[in-house]
Formats: sequence, C-alpha cells, structure tokens
Amino acid sequence: MNIFIEYSLFIYFLPLGAFFINIFLGKKLPRQGDWISIGAVLLSLALSIAMFIGMLFSYDPGFHVESSFTWLSLGAFQIQLGFLIDNITIVMLLVVALISTMSHIFSIKYMEGDPHYSRFYAYLSLFTFSMNGIVLSNNLMLLYMSWELVGLSSYLLIGFWFEKQSAADAGIKAFLTNRVGDIGFFIGIMLLFTAFGSVLYSDIFYGISQGGLSGTMLTLAGIGLFIGAMGKSSQFPLHIWLPDAMEGPTPVSALMHAATMVAAGVFMMVRLFPIMSPDALVIVAYVGGFTALFASVIAVTQNDIKKVLAYSTVSQLGFMIMSVGTGAYVAAFFHLVTHAAFKANLFYGSGSVIHAMHHSLHKKHDHETDPQDMRNMGGFKNRMPITYKSMLISTLAITGVPLFSGFLSKDAILAGTLSFASHNPQHFLLPIFGFGAALLTAFYMFRLIFMTFHNEPKRPELIEDIHESPSEMTFPLILLSGLSFFIFFTLPYLNPFSDHGWFTGIIQAQTSLVAGSPSAHEIAEGIHHSHLPAMILSIIVAGLGIFLAWSMYLKRSLSPKSMANRFAFIHDLSLNKFYIDEIYSRFIYTPILKTADRISYLDWEVYDKYVVNGFGKITEWFSVLIGKLDYDGLDQGIVDSAGRSANRLGIILRSLQTGKLQNYVLFALFGVILIVVLQTIN
Amino acid sequence: MEYLQNYLLVSAILFSLGLFAVITRRNAVAVLMGVELILNSANINFVAFSRFGGMNFSGHVFALFVIVMAAAEAAVALAIIINLYNNYQSINVDEASQLKR
Repeated sequence: MNIFIEYSLFIYFLPLGAFFINIFLGKKLPRQGDWISIGAVLLSLALSIAMFIGMLFSYDPGFHVESSFTWLSLGAFQIQLGFLIDNITIVMLLVVALISTMSHIFSIKYMEGDPHYSRFYAYLSLFTFSMNGIVLSNNLMLLYMSWELVGLSSYLLIGFWFEKQSAADAGIKAFLTNRVGDIGFFIGIMLLFTAFGSVLYSDIFYGISQGGLSGTMLTLAGIGLFIGAMGKSSQFPLHIWLPDAMEGPTPVSALMHAATMVAAGVFMMVRLFPIMSPDALVIVAYVGGFTALFASVIAVTQNDIKKVLAYSTVSQLGFMIMSVGTGAYVAAFFHLVTHAAFKANLFYGSGSVIHAMHHSLHKKHDHETDPQDMRNMGGFKNRMPITYKSMLISTLAITGVPLFSGFLSKDAILAGTLSFASHNPQHFLLPIFGFGAALLTAFYMFRLIFMTFHNEPKRPELIEDIHESPSEMTFPLILLSGLSFFIFFTLPYLNPFSDHGWFTGIIQAQTSLVAGSPSAHEIAEGIHHSHLPAMILSIIVAGLGIFLAWSMYLKRSLSPKSMANRFAFIHDLSLNKFYIDEIYSRFIYTPILKTADRISYLDWEVYDKYVVNGFGKITEWFSVLIGKLDYDGLDQGIVDSAGRSANRLGIILRSLQTGKLQNYVLFALFGVILIVVLQTIN
Repeated sequence: MEYLQNYLLVSAILFSLGLFAVITRRNAVAVLMGVELILNSANINFVAFSRFGGMNFSGHVFALFVIVMAAAEAAVALAIIINLYNNYQSINVDEASQLKR
C-alpha cells in the first residue's frame, strides 16, 4: 500500500478512536481524557506535516494517489469508497489538523472546569474525523456521509451548552438549515449516480469528459451539489445558521464555523469544479458575490464581537464561492487556506477577550453585562498585548494589506472576478460585489479592533481585572498570527505582491471537463492581465475602509451616529440583518406552522372524529348486527333448533316405545306386512 | 283332494291364530302357547313342502328338530315366566313395562 494512503488511514481513524474512548470512558480517565483527543490530533498533525513535506519534496503538480474498495455490492450495482490523495487533499489535511490542534490546545484553558469537559473533547475528535472524511474522500458517497457527520458534530458542539435555550435552538437551527442544503446535495449526487452508475470522482469525471451528461441535466446536477455547499458554507439564503452558531464555545467557532467545516462547501466546489457547467458556475458566482457583499453590510453594524466575525466569515466564504464561480478556483482554495489561519486566529483572539471579560465580570459579580458586546470593551490594548497584536495581524491579513497572506489570496480572487467581468461584460456586478465587500471588510474589521482594544475603556471598573490569557490560549494566537504573513505561502520567493510560490507551483488549475468551458490556461491568462488593476484597486479599497474606520472610531472626526442617521435606511436594514430571519419567520415558518395547524385540526377534528370514529361506529353497528344474526339466527335458529328438533323427534318417537311387549310384536307384524306388500307391488 | 294349498291353508289359519294369541293375550303362558301354535304351523309347512316338493324326508327331519327346539324354548320361556312372576307377582305381560322408563 502506498505510504500516503497508510498515513491518511491513521490520520482518518485516530480521532475516531479518541472519540470512542472519550465518549465512553472520558470521565474516568485522568484529566478527563483530554490528552487522548489531543494526542490523537497531534499524531494526525505530525502525519499531515510528514505528508506535506513529502509533497513539497516531490513538487509534482500532477501528484495523485487513489485507493478504494467495494463497500456495497448488489449485482451490477456497486458503491465504492476510498481515498483520493493529491496536493489539494494534503494541503487541506494540514489545515484541518493544524486548526484542530490549535482548538484542542486552546480549549484546555477555555473549557476548564466545564462539567462536560471530556465530552467536549470527544466531540472535537468526532468532528476532526468527519472533516478528514470530506477531505480524503474519492467519491460522493463517503463525501456525503462525512458531510452529514460534520453536520452532526456541528449540531452537538453548537448546542454544547444546551442548558441555555438559545444554544439549544441555535444547534437545531444549524442542523435544519443544513438539511435544506443537503437535500439539494443529495439530488445532485443521485443525478450523477444515475447517469454514470458510480459515485467515484474518477468515473464521473471520465463520464462527463466523454459527454455522458451535458446541458440542462449537468447544470441541474451542478446546482444541486452547489445547494449542498450553500448550506454548509452558509451562503445566502441559507446563511442564517452561522451567526447563531456562535452560541457554541469559541474554540468550536474557530475550528468549525470559521476555518474548516464551513470551508467544506468551498472545498467540495473546488474538488468538483471540473464538472460544473458554465451556466451553473454563473449562478455560483452570483450567489457567492451577493453573499460576500450582503454579509459584510450586516457585519458593519453588529456589536457582538463574535457576530461581527461570524458575518465576516459568511462574507469571506462568499468571496471563495464567487471565485469558484468565475473559474479561479485555485484562488478560492488559496483563500480558503489563508482564511483558515487568520479567521481561526481572530476567533481565538475574540475567545481570549471574552474569557478575560468573563473573568472580570465574574469578579464584580456582574451577571447582567454581555461579555461579548464590544460596547462594553475598549482600551484592552495594554492589558492584553499578545491578543491585541495577534488580532491586529490577522485583521491586516483579512483586510488585504500587502505583506499579509490575505492580500495575496483576496487579490487573486478579485483579479479572477475582474477578468471574468471583462470577458463577460454583462456580469459587471460581480467585481462590484467583490470590491464593495472588500471595502466593508476593511471597515468593520478595524471597527472591531478600535472598539475592543483602543480608546478609553467604556467600563473603567472592569479594566483592572482584564488580564492576558494563559499560555495555552496565547500559543495558538502567536502561531496562527505568524501564519498570517505572506511569506509562508510564497516560499521560496519573497515578493509580497505576487502569489507566486510553492502553493501556486503545486496546485494548478485543471480545465473544466464540460464542453464549452474556457480552458484553465485562458482563465490564468485573464487573471494575469487583471492582476495589476485588481491589486491597485484592492489596496485603495482596503485603505479607504481602514481610513473610514479610523476617522469614525479612533479619531472621531466622523460621528458614527450622524453616519447612521444619514444612511438610516441601510443602517436599519444592516442592524436587523436585513430582516432575513423575520422574513423567513413570516413567509416560511409561520405559514408552514399555520398549515400544519390547519392540517392537524383537519386530522383531529374532522378525520379522526368523523372518518376514523365513523369507521369505529360502523364496525360497532355491524358487529351488533352480526352478533344478532349469529345469536338469533345461527345459534337460535340452526344450532339450537337442531337440538330442539331432535328433542321433539325424541318425544314423538318415545311414544312408540310403549314398553308393552305385544305392541312391539304388532309393529314387527306391520313391518312384515309392509315388506310383503312392497315386494308384491314390485 | 290332495293339494298343497289345503295344507298351507290349515297352516296359515294356525299361524294367524297363534299370532292373534301372542298379540292379544295378557297372560304370559297364553302368549307362550301362541308361540307354540306358530311353531307348529311352520312344521305343517315344512312337512307339506317336503311331501309335495319331492325332497324326500328333509322337511320331516327339520320338523322333528323344530319340535325338540320348541320343547327347549318352552323350558326357557317358562323359566322367564316364573321370574316374571317373582318380580311382579303377576304373569300379565303388560305389567312388565319397566324398559319404558
């Protein structure tokens, strides 16, 4: 067996073992078993790094190892499962293992003293296992199963503090919203499976390159798969669950709802890009672009530190999806990787801040104040220097400032969008979405930094008890903020303005297999041409956003209040998240509940009362009738009458038995006479 | 004058008288006597048929057997009558109707 497959088997199954040990025995183990999960994920990380180094040494863009076995065989109907390992898999495995390890370490202190400490680690392990399944799968079936397992662990971890009603609700909301997407996903899988009779990527790719499925059906299959990605990657209009998912513990938010799980949708789109038809891709691009702008507009007015980051995640995922739609799917994957590092770091930073706030409020016996509300913060800069610096670095990365990783990936996405729009001028809205979202991203991220760390404290009595978090929590911050620098993605080159490096060297775009799609080379050419204008524009836009945030929240030359008044309409929409939840509630949930109510009325009051009970009544009558027939007719008429007639006959015949000897002789004589007479007649 | 019918007629009259006695007499001894008459009518028939049927003497021999059997029958019947009398203090056959119950 190939060494890569062997490693990936270990990477895959170690967290599963840790899950089983912790869920059943965790509470009895020393330290409640956290070292088992941490050990498993550390081993995974070590193996991932080994694979990564192996990949770097071979430096082969076409590297591809595949291994599968028949899982289900029913005659001609076969389902094969297996692993596919190429450069995308290896990079993604490393991202998952790294962020997961950071979350495990961060949680040691963050979750300390929680009554369900060991269960938390069990769930984290379960998630790592499921996510690796998505990454390693070489077929749609294992992908779908892992997809659902990821949804399950997400549900378990969002609702981890299920004693809190809002957390339990958020878990259910996340699960149900994902189900909506999963239905589309499943339809997409079934369309491909019925067309090719196989769930293996390789078979499906080959079938499509031979034109086995094309036109509308292929577009439909692509849209179906994309709906799954919309659910998981929280794209409009299925984005509603992600902000609520912030009810979960912060390490969970960082691991799942920022870096890895929500990226699963993007990862799937990247994997399946070659079979997406151009029509499906246009829809993908518009959904992504719209989500990017839409979510960043909402993020501008949010005051909960985690909600800002949540909407920011939605927006960044929108960027990636849009990039897949425009054909620059390698840029999308690049952004996925860079985003995983800096967004996870931002979440850990916010966790660190919330942790400090929580302790300070706890000391003051203040249980009213929301520890996540940025309006209660301010001036934390000197109290939490490591958190501040690492968050600032990640903010610069997400904003797209040169020298940082986000600049490279975001620039690649914007260049792809710009090139797409210049080739197809009717899609001029896409770059507007992209650059608009980039502007707002810069604005709200610096608003977050200024409101949290700068200015004078809003609650001076709290500031004395705000302390830097322990080293278990700052270690991930330092490591991940380091990874926000461009240099880790461009080695061995050191040009901060070009993404040229190992990443683009190893991961190269593949031409779509669908006839009529632009070739990978054409797309790359287009991106290359749009590179410079996109870069200049994105720097201008980022600078503008930072400047706006600076003048409104740091220098106070522009009052946020007067701005809010000037753009009252937009401000109101943004503050209320465009009333999406209310619209769903009004136009989807309420009508459904009302219909359900009506139907239940019909069921209980009409169907049950008249039809079901009516049948009961009819049966009752019928049985009474049958009973009568049976008793009066059969029993009395036939059974009893047989007895009675025998009785009566007996009485009659009895009178013949006179007991007198001579009568009997007389009868015998009559008998003889009768016989004689009969014989003579004959 | 020597016709079979004459014998048969006598035999039939004797049989009817015997039967009449068996049916109508209440006295058990009289009933027994009726039975004897019937047996003797049969004897007449045996002998008559033997003679007119050309069957040598088998009819006569059979009649002798009947007479012997009738003697035995009379002994058994008289024993029954004595038992009847012991049980009912009467030899009226109508009294002996216990089987009816």
